[in-house]
Amino acid sequence: MSAVAESVPARGETVSVEEQYDDAVQQREAATLGMWVFLATEILFFGVLFASYTICRVLYPLGFAEASRHTDMLLGTAETAVLLISSSLIALAVRAIKLDERRPAVILMCATALLGASFLVMHGFEYHDEYQEHLIPGIDFQQTGPHVRAVELFFCLYYFITGFHSVHVFIGVCVIGTLAVRVARGTFGPQRYTTLELAALYWHLVDIVWIFVYPVIYLVGRSG
Amino acid sequence: MSATAHPELSVRSFLARDYGLLDWLTTRDHKRIAILYALGITFFFFLGGVAATLIRFNLVEPQGAIMSAETYNKTFTFHGVVMVWFFLIPSIPATLGNFLLPLMIGARDVAFPRLNLASWYLYIGGGLFTIAALLAGGVDTGWTFYTPFSTMFSNSNVFLVVIGVFITGFSSIFTGLNFIVTVHSLRTRGMHWFRLPLFVWGIYATSLVMVLATPVLAMTLALIGLERGLGVGVFDPALGGDPLLFQHLFWFYSHPAVYIMILPAMGVASEIITCFVRRRIFGYRFMTYSMLAIAVIGFLVWGHHMFVAGQSVYASTLFSLLSFIVAVPSAIKVFNWTATLRKGDISFEAPMLYALGFVGLFMLGGLTGLILAAPALDIPLTDTYFVIAHFHYVMVGGSVMAYLGGIHYWWPKITGWLYPEGWARFAAILMFFGFNLTFFPQYLLGYEGMPRRYFSYLPEFQLLNILSSAGASILAVGYLMPALYLLWSLRYGRAAGNNPWDARGLEWQTSSPPPKENFLSPPVVREPYAYHEAAP
Amino acid sequence: MNRFHLFLTQASSLAPQIDALFWSMIAVCGLVALGVFTAMVYFCIRYRRGSSADRSGAHQQSLGVELTWTLVPFAMFVGVFLWSLFLFAQAHTPPAQARTFYVVAKQWMWKVQHPAGQREINTLHVPLGVPIRLTMTSQDVIHSFYVPAFRVKQDVLPGRYTQVWFTATKLGRFPLFCAEYCGTDHSHMGGSVVVTSASEYAAWLASQSSGGTMAQQGATLFNSLGCSGCHGPNSAVHAPQLAGLYGRPVHLEGGGSVIADERYLRDSILLPHSQIVAGYAPIMPEYSGQASEEEVMALIQYIKSLPSATEPPR
Repeated sequence: MSAVAESVPARGETVSVEEQYDDAVQQREAATLGMWVFLATEILFFGVLFASYTICRVLYPLGFAEASRHTDMLLGTAETAVLLISSSLIALAVRAIKLDERRPAVILMCATALLGASFLVMHGFEYHDEYQEHLIPGIDFQQTGPHVRAVELFFCLYYFITGFHSVHVFIGVCVIGTLAVRVARGTFGPQRYTTLELAALYWHLVDIVWIFVYPVIYLVGRSG
Repeated sequence: MSATAHPELSVRSFLARDYGLLDWLTTRDHKRIAILYALGITFFFFLGGVAATLIRFNLVEPQGAIMSAETYNKTFTFHGVVMVWFFLIPSIPATLGNFLLPLMIGARDVAFPRLNLASWYLYIGGGLFTIAALLAGGVDTGWTFYTPFSTMFSNSNVFLVVIGVFITGFSSIFTGLNFIVTVHSLRTRGMHWFRLPLFVWGIYATSLVMVLATPVLAMTLALIGLERGLGVGVFDPALGGDPLLFQHLFWFYSHPAVYIMILPAMGVASEIITCFVRRRIFGYRFMTYSMLAIAVIGFLVWGHHMFVAGQSVYASTLFSLLSFIVAVPSAIKVFNWTATLRKGDISFEAPMLYALGFVGLFMLGGLTGLILAAPALDIPLTDTYFVIAHFHYVMVGGSVMAYLGGIHYWWPKITGWLYPEGWARFAAILMFFGFNLTFFPQYLLGYEGMPRRYFSYLPEFQLLNILSSAGASILAVGYLMPALYLLWSLRYGRAAGNNPWDARGLEWQTSSPPPKENFLSPPVVREPYAYHEAAP
Repeated sequence: MNRFHLFLTQASSLAPQIDALFWSMIAVCGLVALGVFTAMVYFCIRYRRGSSADRSGAHQQSLGVELTWTLVPFAMFVGVFLWSLFLFAQAHTPPAQARTFYVVAKQWMWKVQHPAGQREINTLHVPLGVPIRLTMTSQDVIHSFYVPAFRVKQDVLPGRYTQVWFTATKLGRFPLFCAEYCGTDHSHMGGSVVVTSASEYAAWLASQSSGGTMAQQGATLFNSLGCSGCHGPNSAVHAPQLAGLYGRPVHLEGGGSVIADERYLRDSILLPHSQIVAGYAPIMPEYSGQASEEEVMALIQYIKSLPSATEPPR
């Protein structure tokens, strides 16, 4: 997409350029860079949690393996599939907008948001089951066995990591849902789609984080 | 502009119109946000300073002069938390950085003005929340929150303070993000990377560190909250956790944090020195690469805080070597500033006094850092007053001096008024003297073996403690003076004009104070510090 | 007494070497500081505004100069680093014949146990000229064992052992401080190290009641805590042999091996499931919460004293 086409309005829309920017191109570049920097900070946020997890896992391999067996692998796998599919859908949606296919874009974005919501619902079921099994440290934790402390530690990190991730999913669902409505109203088009691209970037990050969460939480000691 | 006109009433000035409180609290103008930050910074600095005064009063007597041990412990924690997170980290970037960054690159504002305002609210909100928690009951863990004391043994508001600092961390992250994008995207035509003033490079390097290091702190504090709130053993060995893990996570942020404090100060020093020596900086490229090197290598040295903590000998060896390496770019900068003086045309206004003081005191602090970088020497010296002296030399003799120098240097630009030069020079000299009297004895105390965070001490340490406290009272007077005469200048000062220092740099090509959109006509971009040519 | 001592008491074998490095660094740093200050003052005076000094030919950069003051400091730093590394390695390597004393720190006191069984609070009696190794742990938070006259400092952590060693080279009483903030009475958690001649030390030991040597106390605990039920010679349970175990490599379940040092023994007693010996079932009960740190140290001392089939006890 050339710089000239970017600033030529279509369908009677203008790309509103904020006063600190010289033109829409500069605004788009700044917004994109800003999103990448933000994603870098998110990687560091999650990085600390993964680092802590890794250290604890090295210290307590048997305890963590036992704890992992308490997680629901079926639901975890389904959640992984759901997120992976939703990531490809949002990528297709951005492509559709660039090709001026508004209706397919709206459908794809709604589907993405729905899949994200279903992820949250499935995760809610997981948490519910774990509550039933008395696996919530600090609130209701009754487990026995030689590795009790490691199991408790595992679940603490599990709730923190997945909870923190779910907050990000929730925010993503809300943002994508809102943007889908605005796409339907014609706010975005082939000349104006940067916001969608950035939202898609955010969603991809959420997905990538989960790709690390899944093996590290659900697949420990499952082969044994 | 006539000398008798009132600059801030000039219709175009960013201070004119929109005088209401709500206008200020909803502003998106980076210059107004900078002033909002300056108010907060000053407030927190004085709170932290009050705590310091109480500490030094108490240490006049070997058995504690004015408070109980528990109160003393809460007071030094208060001093550390407030000074580190609510003063030093935001000081230069959020005030001078916010005001000057767009001006120096010829832009109209930062990349994300609303995010900028949000950062300020996070800072103020987090700060007030933390202060409330620190005062209502207090926290006695030290600003470093070492576990398991902070998670299992301290009967205090650790949880609340941790939340407050967590919130404030986002202010840092968003400010850093904003500055990075601003420098990349909003440079005006002709402002290539290697024409940027060193202050911009300093802010840029600082922003990289802010953005990458602060999330680690946020998560570490969140883990502390988790451990304290739910009793789960991440860091507490009694519950199967690892106290050294906390120290690694904490220092992974907190060492780069000190570079957040010093890199902007280095940028300020370069601006002031070039102006009052009327020369280009010596070795511009080396200066920029040094700042970037400090930012990067600064992430790799955190273990030098843990030489006696139970870390492995191999890790300590590696961290020691990297700590020596990170000192090299700092040394380069000190030598380059000194070389810039040669064959210059030097005058000694207050900003220059602060800048020269910065170079000298930063160098002394940095040299003692070299001593501490050697583990064999760190063993007897760590956790004593030697370390306290070291970091106060670089943070107070370094960063605070540079901050005050920058405030004086750009005061005319920001307010349109000149401060009284005689009082300013006197205050700078008084501060320099008071600072050395406060902190040099602390090197000796540490060498003699007085541990830090001690409410009471052996009687043979009393004389040095009294000297240090005497210096602190002089230093306090030194700090109060600018607060008074800078305010005085707003009412009685002489008008500054566009460029009272005949400096180079784009910010001096616009009016004092600048108009809301910064430039009425596009600024002329040349190589930095073109003092050998006339001002455009 | 408010005398400032320029040269501190050197009461340990490593103190003079550490001081040599320290004073060398002070000298070099002092010279650098002096050099830079002198240059700054000189330039400020000579090139002050209005002076008639010649300002032509000012350079903006000079690669040669920059590289010089990059590489020369770097080379010096590497030199200091290597010298320090040499000393640091020594500080971390107790001599083989070092005598082990045990220290348990708690808020806000130091509890010392001599291998011969005597206990002290906040004081540590040691004989002159004998390498002493302290195995230390904390009952609660992190403390730090600091004796300025020995140039020795080591953090003391809960849940693990840390060690420090020294050889006292001067008679006298030297201050001991806690150097890691540990709560309200952190600054009162001090004491002294008392260095006496070997004969005086022996006399002092004899004058203290001990309740048996640490190894003997450990033997009693070994029975009373039920360890002998599985690890004793007539046990029907398949449990690892402890005689001659200390210092030997142990092969672990899941591969890998570890040296049976004090850390290993402590973890095996308190958290046996963290490292299972190859070929044994994880049936040993945890003693965490049932044996105090001092009791664990006594048990370890007992295990160290058990003769192996081929070697005399340590």
